Amino acid sequence: IDPSQASSALVIAEHGGGSVKNGSISAVAAAAAALGDSSPVTLLVAGSGGAELDAAIQHASSAHPAVLVARSPLLGQPLAEPWAELLVQAQKKGNYSHIFAASSSFGKDVLPRAAALLGVSPITDVTRTIDQHTYIRPIYAGNAMATVRFKGSGPCIVSIRATSFPAVPGLALTGNREEIYVMSSTGAIGKSKWIGLSSQQTERPELGAAKIVISGGRGLKSAENFELLEKLADKLGAAVGASRAAVDAGFVPNDMQIGQTGKIVAPELYIAVGISGAIQHLAGIKDSKVIVAINKDRDAPIFQVADYGLAMDLFEALPELVAKVPSKRL
Amino acid sequence: MKVMVAVKRVVDYAVKVRIKADKSGVETSNTKMSMNPFCEIAVEEALRIKEAGRASEVVVVSMGGEQCVETIRTGLAMGADRGLHVITQDSSSLFPLAVAKLLQALVSSEQPRLLLLGKQAIDDDCNQTGQMVAGLLGWPQATFASKVSISDDKESVCVEREVDGGIETIQLQLPAVVTADLRLNTPRYATLPNIMKAKKKSIQRVTPEELNVVIGSDLEVLEVTEPPKRKAGVMVASVDELLDKLKNEARVF
Repeated sequence: IDPSQASSALVIAEHGGGSVKNGSISAVAAAAAALGDSSPVTLLVAGSGGAELDAAIQHASSAHPAVLVARSPLLGQPLAEPWAELLVQAQKKGNYSHIFAASSSFGKDVLPRAAALLGVSPITDVTRTIDQHTYIRPIYAGNAMATVRFKGSGPCIVSIRATSFPAVPGLALTGNREEIYVMSSTGAIGKSKWIGLSSQQTERPELGAAKIVISGGRGLKSAENFELLEKLADKLGAAVGASRAAVDAGFVPNDMQIGQTGKIVAPELYIAVGISGAIQHLAGIKDSKVIVAINKDRDAPIFQVADYGLAMDLFEALPELVAKVPSKRL
Repeated sequence: MKVMVAVKRVVDYAVKVRIKADKSGVETSNTKMSMNPFCEIAVEEALRIKEAGRASEVVVVSMGGEQCVETIRTGLAMGADRGLHVITQDSSSLFPLAVAKLLQALVSSEQPRLLLLGKQAIDDDCNQTGQMVAGLLGWPQATFASKVSISDDKESVCVEREVDGGIETIQLQLPAVVTADLRLNTPRYATLPNIMKAKKKSIQRVTPEELNVVIGSDLEVLEVTEPPKRKAGVMVASVDELLDKLKNEARVF
């Protein structure tokens, strides 16, 4: 590492529907925490073009004037091969000391591939920054924390857990909007084709950002019973999640899974209903401010981490909760 | 076609880990070790691909010290044909980039058309190796696979992946790298006859030097510590008491 090299960070700005995603805004906060407020941060906003991309560029520019834009039909979908190549090209052009991204499923897919192409080890799923090259990340499903230092030559590539870096509004730094031109279909690009995405449409807040999350486990016994949770969620303006067991059983789709290998949440209030509390599930909820557990099994491990535990049949507790809980504005 | 599966020996998923007093790592001596659950799923998928007639051979590979052999034997007992052990002095210095470089070298000599891995190891929770080796090989990648379908002509693979927004479907030209997610399949248990048969299957040993790979590392683990502890909670007796506490004590309402 060359200490005389000025620090500068490139942050991948994931976007959807014309605006930069919260996770990427958290990544900017992480970059500022690691590098200090005076180091330049450039947002990389890319896509195939069109109104949505333009809106995302506007959104990015409104708070972070240094924006690097890439437009190419190859970037229209979240495929790792062209996006990793884009990062390589952006790095060649900008010679950043750091590259940051949120540890979303996209960040997890692309960043390590790009790191390998750039000849460095990435540090992924970081929850704390110590200094520019030293970060803390969870291991063993969050039962231990590893302090890792990057001592290589090449950019320090880091993905961050959005729940650990609250999105702060605009770090206005000087810079300009530049455009880089991207690559033809060589190498691995063109060997992958995006076919489609099946997802549920929901008005509810995103799990990673929701202030209140209500989660169901195997105890719900059926997909229909999840409607009880949804009623409660609607009244509270909450997001709905699930344990692995509930997803495996087919009660709910995979994108609701919370845990070591699913989504990580850190809401103000997490209510676990009919969830036993396996180590792997707890990994996804440990940073919640308040944890409530409702389970008729008094010995369920979830009660060891819950701030408030109610050992009661959820089929009795839920309707009562729905009736008595205060209605919240979203 | 040949399918190669990379597997890792890790602390068993059910073990409650203890951190060493000197903060150098997690206690692994006298701890139950197993094949990483995601790696088991990857082996299972390779076996199903072979059983469906799409592959002729399944090779299982692992890297590290002598104990890796146990993990490779588990793969062989499940039904893989042959094992490869990259023997290194010390497993703890094998970060994903080093593993990816070793796999790249093995792929170049073994020439599989499909490289399967688990999406992450449950010890370091990195979720990097598959992506890194795909980049080094210049192969397309499909991570977090929940369904894998090799085309009839064995020239491409269609993969459903579990992503933040739901299930994404992509198609890759072979050769390719695929990493397995939880719901891809339920791995089989090794039956006793297969465990016996596995003893006769070959495990070839090779060193990083023989593969022309230098194991360095650009990362250093400075210390391993306890996560922040939550303070103990309380049991409440009724929904009314719960709501009262949430409103007046926790103040979340």
